[in-house]
Amino acid sequence: MEADNRQIYGVLAEFRNPKELVDAAESVKNSGYSDFDTYAPFPIHGMEKAMGVKKSPLGWIVLSGALIGMVGALALMVWVMGYEYPMNISGKPFINIPIYVPITFELTVLLAAFAATFGMIGLNKLPRFNNPLFNVERFEKASDDGFFVCIEASDDLFAEEKAEKLFRSNGATHIETVYDSE
Amino acid sequence: MSTDYQYESKPALIKGDHSFGSITDMIAKTPLSPTPKLWYLAFGLSNVLLIILLGAIGYLVWDGTGIWGLNNPAGWGWAIINFVWWVGIGHAGTLISAILFLFRQGWRTAINRFAEAMTIFAVMCAGIFPAIHVGRIWVIYWVFPIPNQMAAWPNFSSPLLWDVFAVSTYFTVSLLFWYVGLIPDLATLRDKAKSKIAKISYGIAALGWTGSFRNWWHYEKAYMILAGLATPLVLSVHTIVSFDFAVSVIPGWHSTIFPPYFVAGAIYSGFAMVLTLMLIARKIYKLEDIMNIDIMEKMNLVMMVTGNLVAFAYLMEGFIAWYSGYIYEQGIFWLYVVGPYAWGFWILMFCNVITPQFLWFKKIRRNVGLTFVISIIVNIGMWFERFMIAVASLSTDFMPSSWDYFSPTFWDIITYIGTFGLFFTFFLLFLRFLPMVAIAEVKGVMPQADPHNYDEDSKEFDASKTEPVMVQQEQTV
Repeated sequence: MEADNRQIYGVLAEFRNPKELVDAAESVKNSGYSDFDTYAPFPIHGMEKAMGVKKSPLGWIVLSGALIGMVGALALMVWVMGYEYPMNISGKPFINIPIYVPITFELTVLLAAFAATFGMIGLNKLPRFNNPLFNVERFEKASDDGFFVCIEASDDLFAEEKAEKLFRSNGATHIETVYDSE
Repeated sequence: MSTDYQYESKPALIKGDHSFGSITDMIAKTPLSPTPKLWYLAFGLSNVLLIILLGAIGYLVWDGTGIWGLNNPAGWGWAIINFVWWVGIGHAGTLISAILFLFRQGWRTAINRFAEAMTIFAVMCAGIFPAIHVGRIWVIYWVFPIPNQMAAWPNFSSPLLWDVFAVSTYFTVSLLFWYVGLIPDLATLRDKAKSKIAKISYGIAALGWTGSFRNWWHYEKAYMILAGLATPLVLSVHTIVSFDFAVSVIPGWHSTIFPPYFVAGAIYSGFAMVLTLMLIARKIYKLEDIMNIDIMEKMNLVMMVTGNLVAFAYLMEGFIAWYSGYIYEQGIFWLYVVGPYAWGFWILMFCNVITPQFLWFKKIRRNVGLTFVISIIVNIGMWFERFMIAVASLSTDFMPSSWDYFSPTFWDIITYIGTFGLFFTFFLLFLRFLPMVAIAEVKGVMPQADPHNYDEDSKEFDASKTEPVMVQQEQTV
């Protein structure tokens, strides 16, 4: 058979609505799986508990971006205005911290926003050129009105039949094995 | 004694009987279907205006700022008015996308994508003006702290330089925020698209988004952080724009009320612009279920509040002028009212003080036609506000001997009109090729999206669960 030459990526099951998806995710987690994910067209309230997802470290990435922006802006202005190119403007002090506040604020926000955007993309391992899930035709619904769970073959407990049984007992409307692309 | 409280259920955010699928179809249909003829007509007109803008800028670069109506006391004219006006319009987008997000206002999802796009294009229009106003645009890079051949550095204590940082940061952060919001919807378009070119282009832009919850988890955090960053940013941008005026010593400019007053005015004009665009778009693209009357009423309420804040600021300016005992401040206020630009002042009073009072009436707030008219009047009024601040204060300063009357030239006018070409060219491209409503976010605020609204046993959606549980109050004396 053709399928034998291909690597199994995981087992994908479709559910009817967000409620069923959350319940299915909870039972997958309780069965001891760790390499699984749920797919929905919008983030579902309470899914983090059902799946046992850890807190996102993104806040720390943003904080470091913000600090680089803040310290960098202050350092630049103090160096330029105090040492590199001092300008006497109406007799005001060369190093004049209150006057640096607006630009320091702007650069702090700017670098924090870059850290938030690219940090999020990085943590999600995007951009990604291909994903075995895209081999499944009905997976197109995941961005429309489909609710999916996928147990991945990389999990130690993974066995095709066992995963299918678990999904069936949770009322999956459709179950399909996902193969890696050749 | 006890009072009987009646629970009044909130009106649904999305009208009509919609499922997740029908929401996708309603919004994704526009970018994926053939271009309507009317779009070509509108796009052609916008392109003509855009070419006029480019021509006006070209002549300005060739001949210098002397082609504008600037004169000796009034060194700032229409260019600065237009700059402040366009930046102000942009503020509504960030308010809707960031501040209303932090306040958990579900109704923002109907208009946030649309308003954010408006922000980005309005800031582009705004940014042109100070850039071409410097006269020698080929050395505009001197405003950035880049090592240059003269070993000179910008003056970081100048509010004009703060403005460079504020507006460029504002533009960049708005763009990032907008793009982050677009990623899941681009994935929807990728999955819905039939043509190969569309599939590939949306696919690249969507970065391979699958809707995995582990991705949503970081995504939601990023979205919240960006909203948290954009909130102080939007308040800071117009504050810094107002510093351009307030930090100088010109009477009528040197005032501590400027930052809050500018921010309120910005939100006021921005909501007016969103309403103008929304009322047209919802009709043409048949999005009345999403951009419905309830949402229009809420936006009218925001306009009423900010409009009255602005009106209060005008009163306060007059009061402070009198109370300060400073004759130049009193003089300039008097000159606003009866001086050479009194016509501008009274247009301003009509547009920004009288017009928002109509919004006290629920009937008017819920009337599409009247709201449209009011939104246009507000935008005109806010333009005149900046006209009074920039021109009237400058051209009648301390010494009557140096006064001169400012009138715009042909080039002032067509440069301003031309920016509408730039704005609408981009806006029409946005309407044509991108989802104009945040699909994923609209689905997220539907009652069907919350697992708590489902029956525990049958796992079917149960509408009665969306209402809060009624608690019988005990009789107490």
